[in-house]
Amino acid sequence: MKIRVFLVALFLTGIPGMIAPPPAAEAAAAGEVNLYSYRQPFLMNPLLNAFTQETGIKVNMVYLKKGMLERLKAEGANSPADLVLTADIGNLHNLVEAGLLQPSKSDALESNVPAQFRHPQGLWYGLTTRARIIFAHKKRVKPGEVITYEDLAKPHMKGRVCTRSGKHVYNVSLLAWMIAAKGEAAAEQWARGVKANLARKPQGNDRAQVKAVFQGECDVALGNTYYMGKMQTNEKSPEQKKWAAAVSVIFPNQGDRGTHINISGAGVTKGAKNKANAVRLIEFLSGEAAQKIYAEDNFEYPIKAGVRLHPIVAGWGKFKADETNLAKIAEHRTQATRIMDKVRFDN
Amino acid sequence: MTNEAATAGISSPLTPGAKKDLWSWVNVWSIGTVVIAVAVMVPIVAVIFIGLTPGDDIWSHLASTVLPLYISTTLQLMIGVGAGTLVIGVGTAWLVSTCRFPGRRIFEWALLLPMAMPAYVIAYVYTDILEYAGPVQGLLRDMFGWTIKRDYWFPEIRSLGGAVSMMTLVLYPYVYLLSRAAFMEQSVCVLEASRVLGRGPWRSFFSVALPLARPAIVIGVSLVLMETLNDFGTVDFFAVSTFTLGIYDVWLNMNNVAGAAQLAGLLLFFVVFLVVAERFARRKQRFHHTTSKYKALPGYQLEGGAKRLATIGCTLPVVFGFVLPALVLGSYAVIHFEAAANAEVYRYAGNSFLLSSLTAFLAVVIGIFMAYGVRLRNEKIVKFMARFASLGYAVPGSVLAVGVLVSLGALDNGIDGFMRQNFGISTGLLFSGTIAAVTFGYLVRFLALSFGSVEASLAKITPSMDGASRSLGHGPFSTLRRIHIPLIRGSALTAAMLVFVDCMKELPMTMILRPFNFHTLATYVHQYASDEQLGEASLAALAIVVFGILPVIVLSFAITKSRPGQAGEGRAP
Repeated sequence: MKIRVFLVALFLTGIPGMIAPPPAAEAAAAGEVNLYSYRQPFLMNPLLNAFTQETGIKVNMVYLKKGMLERLKAEGANSPADLVLTADIGNLHNLVEAGLLQPSKSDALESNVPAQFRHPQGLWYGLTTRARIIFAHKKRVKPGEVITYEDLAKPHMKGRVCTRSGKHVYNVSLLAWMIAAKGEAAAEQWARGVKANLARKPQGNDRAQVKAVFQGECDVALGNTYYMGKMQTNEKSPEQKKWAAAVSVIFPNQGDRGTHINISGAGVTKGAKNKANAVRLIEFLSGEAAQKIYAEDNFEYPIKAGVRLHPIVAGWGKFKADETNLAKIAEHRTQATRIMDKVRFDN
Repeated sequence: MTNEAATAGISSPLTPGAKKDLWSWVNVWSIGTVVIAVAVMVPIVAVIFIGLTPGDDIWSHLASTVLPLYISTTLQLMIGVGAGTLVIGVGTAWLVSTCRFPGRRIFEWALLLPMAMPAYVIAYVYTDILEYAGPVQGLLRDMFGWTIKRDYWFPEIRSLGGAVSMMTLVLYPYVYLLSRAAFMEQSVCVLEASRVLGRGPWRSFFSVALPLARPAIVIGVSLVLMETLNDFGTVDFFAVSTFTLGIYDVWLNMNNVAGAAQLAGLLLFFVVFLVVAERFARRKQRFHHTTSKYKALPGYQLEGGAKRLATIGCTLPVVFGFVLPALVLGSYAVIHFEAAANAEVYRYAGNSFLLSSLTAFLAVVIGIFMAYGVRLRNEKIVKFMARFASLGYAVPGSVLAVGVLVSLGALDNGIDGFMRQNFGISTGLLFSGTIAAVTFGYLVRFLALSFGSVEASLAKITPSMDGASRSLGHGPFSTLRRIHIPLIRGSALTAAMLVFVDCMKELPMTMILRPFNFHTLATYVHQYASDEQLGEASLAALAIVVFGILPVIVLSFAITKSRPGQAGEGRAP
C-alpha cells in the first residue's frame, strides 16, 4: 500500500515538468537568442553572461554534439535554434553541406574576422584558432629530431609517439589537411608511418598524451595548443603542471607549409527567428571583449587582430600557420576517416 | 469497463483456437496494446528508414578494413560480460534468497548498489587507480624498485579485459535483481518436493530452481547484453573498437547517418536473432507456478567454509562495483568541493529525479498494460508488435534519439502544416525539444525493461487463475487488479527500479532531445568528463549514484516484502 502512495507521489511531482511551456513559444519573444552549441557550457557561460550583461539579450542554450545536425534537419523551418557554435571546421562544413545555415553579413564581422577564417558567403564565421602541435619531452627528444609532422612517421621515432584516437575530429582534420597538401597516397603513407611509431594504442584526450610523455611511456605527442596553457595553470589539479613542465612546444613545418590550424566558429541557422540577435552574438564573440576572454580563459588564439594573447601563449612565440582554406580541408574528412580505418590506426 | 470488453476478452486466452471474428478482436486491450506499440515502434522504424535512404556505400570499405575487428571485439565483450554477470548475478541472488549466512540481510540490498554507478564513471575511476601513474602501480614500483614501464607487467586497464570488468561490475545487478525476484516468486513446495525426492541442494538448484527462473534470468542477461552493445562512454574511453564505436564513426566522421543506421539495423537484427534463438531453445516449455502455497523460504543454514565463501562472494562485487569507486569519487568531491558544489547541481538533481521517476511510473503502467494485453489476446500480431516495441533497448542511444527526432519533427511539422493550411495558425513545434520528447525517448529506449520483467512474471501465473477469476464474474481489469498485480508486484517494482536507475544515468537521449537550458546530472557530468575533468563534476557524479540508490534501497525492501506469503514478521527462518 505504501508503495502505491510512493509511486503516485513520484508521478504527481513529475507532472509540473511535463507541462512546462515548450521553448519554441519562448523563442518568439523579443530579446532572446537560441543557441545549439558543440562547445561545453562551462566554456561558453562566461562569454554568454558577458553578452547578456552588455546587450540585455537572453541566451538560451542546448549543448549537444552527436545529433545536432539531425535535430536541426528534423525540426526544419520551425526549429527554435538561431545560432550554432562548433569547435571544429568539420562540423561547420557538414552544416553547410546539409543546407542548414544562412548567410549573414555585417561590417563588424568583416572587420573582426579575417577572410581566411570565414565562409565566402558568410554562412559561418571563425571565432578562435588553435594549432595542432607536437609536445616533445625536454630531455629525451634532442633539438631538431622532430620539426615536422612528417618526422613523426620516420623510423627514428619508432615506439616514441603518443596520440589520441585517429578518429577524433582533431586528428581527422589533421589527416584531411595532409590529403589537401600532399594527396591521398602520401597521406596514407604518413598515417601508416605514424601508426608504426606509436608507443601505445591511441587513447585518452590530448592532455592524457602529455601525461604519458611525462610518465615516460612515449617521447612526443600530438595536441592542441590550448591544452598546454590549461595544464600549465591548472590549480585544481596541480599535478598537470608537472606534466606540462616536462615537455616543450614544437610548432611543426615552420620551414614549409606552416602548422595545421583549426577553428571554432559560429553560423546563423536557416530558420533563425532572432537573426538580428544571432548576428549580434557573433559580433560580440568576435569582438574585443569576448576575444580577450577566449584568450585569457581558454588559451586560444583570438581571431581578431590586435587582441593580446595570454602571456603563456605569447611565450611560445610567433609561428607560421598554414593558409590552406579550411573549407577545402573539411572536404577531405571522409577520405581521412577511411584512411584511418585502412591503416588500422586505432587497433 | 464495458460488458462487451469483458465478454470479448474472456474467449481468447482460455480457449485458444476459438472462433474469432472482427469484433472479438476490437477491445480496449488489443487496441491499447497496438496503439502503444505503434507509438514506440515509430522511432525504431524511423532508424530503419534512415538506413534505407541513399548514401555513400560504406560496406565494401568497412568489410575490407575494420568490420571483422568490430565484430570480433563486440562478441568477446558480450561473452565476457554475459558470463560474468550471469555467474555473479545468479550466484548471489541464489545465496541471498535461499541461504542463511552472516550479512545476508545487508547483501540483499547492498548487491544492488553498483547498479547506480554509470559505467563510464567507474571506468574513469579505475583508470585513475590502476594506470601507470596511479597509486597501485606507484606502490608496486616503490616496493620492488622498478623504475620504468618496461621493468614489469601490469594489466592494462584501458583494454577489452578492462571494459569487460567495468561493465560486469555495474551490470550484474540486472541479473541479480531479476533472478532474485524469480527465486522469491517460486513456491517453496517445488523445492521441498525436489529435496524430498532425494535431490541435494546443488541438484535442486540446477534441475528445479534454475529452469524455473530461466525466463527471468534470460531477460536479465539479455538486458545486460543490450546495455553492453549500447555502451559508448566506456569503450570510447578505453579505445576498444566495438561495433557501436564503428556506428558513431561512420555517422560523425564520415558524415553518413544512413550508413550508421544500416549498421545499427544489423546490430538490431543480431539482437533479434539472439532473442529468437533463446525462445526457440525454450520452445514450448512453460513455467507456471502450479501451487499457490507460499511460505517463508526455508533458508539453508550455511556452516564453516561455505558460510565464509558466501560472505566473501557477496562482498567482492559490492566493494569493487560500489564502495571503492564511491570512496574515490567522494575524495575527489572533497578535494574539488568549491568547484564541484554549486546550487545548480541541486537543481539538476531535481530534474534527474523527476524525469526518472515519471518515466519509471509510465514505463511500468504501460509495461503491465501491454504484457497483460498480450496475455489476454493471444494474437500473433499483438505479440509481435509488443516485442518489436521493446527493441529500442538494443539500438545505440544516440541513433535511437535521431529516430525520435525524426518522428517528432515529422509529427510537429505535419500538425503545423495542417493547421496553417486549414486555420491559418502556426503551431510550431509542439513536442520537439520538450521534456515530453525526452520522456518519450526514455520510454522508447527503456520499455523493454518494464515490459520484459512484467511479461516474464506474468508468464509464471498459471492461466487457470485467470480462468477461475473470470468464471467468477470478474472482467479483465478486475482480474488484473485483484489477481495479477498482487502476484507480480515484486517484478513490477523491480521494473520500476530498473527504469528509474537507467534514466538517472541516461545520457545520449537527454543530450539530443532536451529543451534549452535544461540539464540533468548526467549531462552535467558529461561536459566535464568529456574533457577528462571528472574532479569538477565528482559531486554531481556522486549525486547520480546517491539519488539512484535511494529508490533502489526503498524498493528492494518492498520487493522482499512483496513476496507472496512473506508477511513482515514471518521472515525469520
